[in-house]
Amino acid sequence: MPTLTYRDALNQALREEMQRDPSVFLMGEEVGVYQGAYKVSRGLLEEFGPMRVVDTPIAELGFAGVGVGAAMAGLRPVVEFMTWNFAVLALDQIVNSAAKILYESGGQVPIPIVFRGPNGAALQLAAQHSQAWESWLAHIPGLKVVAPATPADAKGLLKAAIRDDNPVIVLEGEMLYNTKGDVPEGEHVVPIGKADVKRAGTDVTLVCHSKTVVPALKAAEQLQEQGVSAEVVDLRSLRPMDEETLVASVAKTNRCVVAEEGWPHCGIGAQVVDIIQREAFDSLDAPVLRVTQADVPMPYNRQLERAAKPSPEKIVAAARRVCYLD
Amino acid sequence: MATTVFMEALSPTMEEGRLVKWHKHEGDAVKAGDTLAEVETDKAIMDLQARADGILRQVSAAEGQTVPVGKELAVIVAPGEPLGAGRGTGDERRVAPSPAATAPASSPAPRHSPPAAAAADAAPVKASPLARRMAKESGVDLKLLTGSGPGGRVVRRDLETAAARPAATVSASAPVAPVPPPPSPVPVSRTDASYEDVPLTQIRKTIAKRLAASLGPVPHYFLTTEVDMERAAEAREALNRDLGDEGRISFNDIVVKAAALALTRHRACNAWFQDDHIRYWNEVHVGVAVAVEDGLITPVIRHADRKSLREIGREAHDLAQRARNRRLRPEEYTGSTFSVSNLGMFDIDQFTAVINPPEAAILAVGSVTQKPVVADGTIVARRRMRLTLGCDHRVIDGATGAVFLQTLKQMLENPLAMLL
Repeated sequence: MPTLTYRDALNQALREEMQRDPSVFLMGEEVGVYQGAYKVSRGLLEEFGPMRVVDTPIAELGFAGVGVGAAMAGLRPVVEFMTWNFAVLALDQIVNSAAKILYESGGQVPIPIVFRGPNGAALQLAAQHSQAWESWLAHIPGLKVVAPATPADAKGLLKAAIRDDNPVIVLEGEMLYNTKGDVPEGEHVVPIGKADVKRAGTDVTLVCHSKTVVPALKAAEQLQEQGVSAEVVDLRSLRPMDEETLVASVAKTNRCVVAEEGWPHCGIGAQVVDIIQREAFDSLDAPVLRVTQADVPMPYNRQLERAAKPSPEKIVAAARRVCYLD
Repeated sequence: MATTVFMEALSPTMEEGRLVKWHKHEGDAVKAGDTLAEVETDKAIMDLQARADGILRQVSAAEGQTVPVGKELAVIVAPGEPLGAGRGTGDERRVAPSPAATAPASSPAPRHSPPAAAAADAAPVKASPLARRMAKESGVDLKLLTGSGPGGRVVRRDLETAAARPAATVSASAPVAPVPPPPSPVPVSRTDASYEDVPLTQIRKTIAKRLAASLGPVPHYFLTTEVDMERAAEAREALNRDLGDEGRISFNDIVVKAAALALTRHRACNAWFQDDHIRYWNEVHVGVAVAVEDGLITPVIRHADRKSLREIGREAHDLAQRARNRRLRPEEYTGSTFSVSNLGMFDIDQFTAVINPPEAAILAVGSVTQKPVVADGTIVARRRMRLTLGCDHRVIDGATGAVFLQTLKQMLENPLAMLL
């Protein structure tokens, strides 16, 4: 199996889908001539031409609206946001148009659109450009939300998103684009709504997604050295969420820690905790704990930024607490 | 607003209590904090206190009656409340059925379950949902387990430990001492019947549970040594001459002090076995087994290593006396890290004692007697004493126990070493 970076896995998914289906096209800031702010669209303008790889002005609400209109007209647009921090400007089109039109048209007008781009913090981009938006987006009925952590999942979930007849949000990560992993060639589609057990274990379940999969796996290694066997469940899909995998894991381990990049209040982890307390109540041996970004705007200062983010150490500490070791 | 008076859990392991004596009676005015009654728990006689101001009504348990924890005994009502003003008026639910209602043994009108706030001492067991499910499936009574989670929450590992140990439904922190039975607890029969059935008292029930929880699951082994007590005896006589009326120091006080000091040098013997870990104590709290009527109890001399012989002597005397009167408070008979049991006063040369879980060791002390001993090639008479250390092999290996005993022997044979 070839080893690719996360960015090249996304590129491969886009290229394969555009080759497969002429109604698929890409639009966004700098996606064409500049080949993408993070080079995800490298080579696509050359291969598919300016009708299918469209550079837009710096006007998120405008081009998101063009995308929704194109979807209504029967195309399958992929709209790239340079970051989800800029996509806030487009929320009206995403929430009020893309997510509502199928419902408000009585099921007559599907909106097969993908909104994608990097989400969450990178390094020292400060408060306005370091935000994790998944709980905002996953809140909305009418949207699907996926957040791949590995190159293979990035390819498989982007292909599934493009083929889905509903608006799908694909949350990528600036710090993930350069990570490498094995990626299956050709037809590799990861179904939306399926979590993935990234590491099996018996004593505690670590639930994570996107960038927190990395600290969760590191925490699991440290816990192993301390005699605690941690299972790492990568949600991959935030809406719909894979209740079955979560419940099966907690039924086995009886303890759970949920890690996420977002803030604690009304976060993705709160939704996970809701599922577990409701569906796995009799399996729980301890309250579920959460590891999140500190409940503050992201600090610019390097040390403070590190202190505010989830880390393997914080996940280990929470796991030890739910195992009653500390 | 009436406040219900319950049989409260007055010791950590109490499941039922016997009403020894009512201090307040039907119709008496009571204040919060007043002693309502004396209750015999599985350990001691404790005061049951009023939790509200008012008039005591509907006393439903007679003196001598044994009542489960959480059961209603009476109510305290405000002076103006209908029930207090007279029967037959107002609230029918609370009206006693007949004039006999004033008699302590009469049964009360049916009443609803107690409000949770008033039953603080009989609070429901805290357990994780999983622990509750496991307990239900395996038929274990959660109330009998000691929770190792935060705030005493019973969690999975507590159930697993209980399953691994048949007698583990006994609280591991319950305190009654595991020494052989005290003198003649069974009354001499005055009938011609071929036998007499004597119901188990609270303390005997607890002793039975505790001893079965020790000798069964705890892998005991025993080490015995004989100590020359000649110099200790001389020192004791000299000290007691000086002390005069200020109280006397016993051989046992000297053993307690020496053992406490030896434990500071051999932490391995000052430990608790805690299922998945061993707790090595940095403080030395010595439990001293005391025979009481129909049972035994182990009051604790805290920080015995830091106390003088005189302090130990006084404290041991006071604790033993109050133990015999069953007036010990729970904190005075729990938390020991090591125990000493002495049957020397019954002319026992040597014996083995049963470990007081979760402690890892117990010292059994025999009598000090004159014996012929070979010293420098000749036979001389010396005062000698036999010590037997009972060890939990899960915590203390043979050589470890032996080295502790050796230190203890050296200290007793050269009492000045205790000053070092």
